[in-house]
Amino acid sequence: MQKIFETPLYPYKRSEDQDAAKPVRHPVVVIGAGPIGLGAAIDLAQQGVPVVVLDDNDKVSFGSRAICFAKRPLEILDRLGCGDPMVDKGVTWNTGKVFFGERQVYAFNLQAEPEHKRPAFINLQQYYFEQFMVERVRAIQEEGAPVDLRGNNKVTGIKTCDDHVVLDIETPEGTYQIEADWVVACDGAGSPVRSLMGLDFIGRVFEDNFLIADVVMDADFPTERWFWFDPPFNRGQSALLHKQPDGVWRIDLQLGWNIDKEEEKKPENVIPRLTAMLGQDAKFELEWVSIYTFQCRRMEKFRHGRVLFAGDAAHQVSPFGARGANSGLQDTDNLCWKLRLVMDGLAPDTLLDTYDAERVHGADENIMNSSRSTDFITPKSDMSRIFRNATLDLSEKFDFARPLVNSGRLSVPCTYDGSVLNGHDVATMPERTRPGSPAVDANTSEGWLMDRLGGRFQLLAIGTDVPEMLEFDGITVKRVALCDGDCRSPVIANRYLGKETTAVYLLRPDQHVAARWVKFDRDAVEQALKTATANG
Amino acid sequence: MKKQTKGKLCTAPNIGSPDDFYESLLAIHEGLGMDESDALNARLILILANHIGDGEVLQEALEAARA
Repeated sequence: MQKIFETPLYPYKRSEDQDAAKPVRHPVVVIGAGPIGLGAAIDLAQQGVPVVVLDDNDKVSFGSRAICFAKRPLEILDRLGCGDPMVDKGVTWNTGKVFFGERQVYAFNLQAEPEHKRPAFINLQQYYFEQFMVERVRAIQEEGAPVDLRGNNKVTGIKTCDDHVVLDIETPEGTYQIEADWVVACDGAGSPVRSLMGLDFIGRVFEDNFLIADVVMDADFPTERWFWFDPPFNRGQSALLHKQPDGVWRIDLQLGWNIDKEEEKKPENVIPRLTAMLGQDAKFELEWVSIYTFQCRRMEKFRHGRVLFAGDAAHQVSPFGARGANSGLQDTDNLCWKLRLVMDGLAPDTLLDTYDAERVHGADENIMNSSRSTDFITPKSDMSRIFRNATLDLSEKFDFARPLVNSGRLSVPCTYDGSVLNGHDVATMPERTRPGSPAVDANTSEGWLMDRLGGRFQLLAIGTDVPEMLEFDGITVKRVALCDGDCRSPVIANRYLGKETTAVYLLRPDQHVAARWVKFDRDAVEQALKTATANG
Repeated sequence: MKKQTKGKLCTAPNIGSPDDFYESLLAIHEGLGMDESDALNARLILILANHIGDGEVLQEALEAARA
């Protein structure tokens, strides 16, 4: 049977642009049809922006690759209209086990916080993720959304001008050129666009190799996450076992830097390790094996004139904590509304500099967390190893040591503290919804709160009057009012009111809080909206 | 000279029977090799740090030990 990732999903088709007398100009060209490029394309197309997506391939991700999708990206996917198939297909787990050397030191059970539509995370192979996104692209195309997905269109040249970008494209039928007002480069860690522009990653924080394998096992193998520190089958390194849909388990074996990749990938070397991990009795079949090499680093700037970098093209982290695809989706979530406002002349060009500032902040947070996990998993000094081992030893007997065990901190949403787009705050309101934070879900009488937010500027009114619709210099702000019953809910008090009894929140199109007040004041909202759009 | 601000870390004598404690501290290491003693000290630091809990006190303690 042909696997999903072997089927062309967007095969090459000749475009009219290839027969045009001179290069055709497009408002936005997205380079790369991975999770981030497709996310950008759907987001822009849903806002009515015509978008061309170029990919040098015509298939979804080869092998499982990114497999863990956190709650915040799932909320973004809901806004993009493709959260349901992901969550329906994905696997959630609650029990995790931690092993140190030869023994299990503890097991834990995750308790979900109540009143969230989406779970803390799901496990899903990247090929399904991309497949569902391509299906979403097809669905919005049917509805007339202007998105043009071009497979086997490889960008081989890029020329940046003051008011546009020229792209050289190679196809099975030869080369052609197009022009773009704006380019969003989502072409992965090895980003050809980055190389073509002579840009590179700064500051290599660290680098590592992982053997990643998908194995098919008997269905009765438990749906649990197992993490090993310094196991007998992978001395001095780590190992991770994770459940994916379709009875496929994902195994990540850390290999260190100086290894022979071809040798490590051979089944005769892989299978004995897996048998040692899974036990002599486990029946498994190897579906896919690969070596994943990463370097933890980021570009100095994500914006270069009219070219905007997002996802792995802009930053890379270790796989611990699932911060790759999850942070990439937060990049385009942050970028697309800003790009549209600038394209429509409703915000100055400098609004796009805040994409750089906010997402560099996000990338640095991820690099910090990734570095901390790596320091715990692969201690760099004798003392670091002594403390790591002491922590694991204590975790077997004492609860207190378990939060110190760091096998990767799962991606949590980024708060843009200190952003120039942040407006008025009220200190007596909850910290988790301060300006710069993403809104927090809650169950309301008219459905999940997150489903009612996003895609435009909004005023969330809690227990106080706000006009239904406001307009300031071409930007509309719509009201989302909670009913009296919801306003008295302890969850709303905990997440939005704090010590106050009423609240007004100005929310950005990416569902992040721009400003908040106790009562509505038109002038204050106008000022906060100007601030949030870099209009002064 | 910079005026020293009073921190949260207790630096006045606070152990009831200092000699007894010191003897116990040495006794607990008896018969252990350097590696085992290092491991024990690390566990002890983590246990005490958790008992203190307060981030400011811990930070002051780290700085006091390094000074």
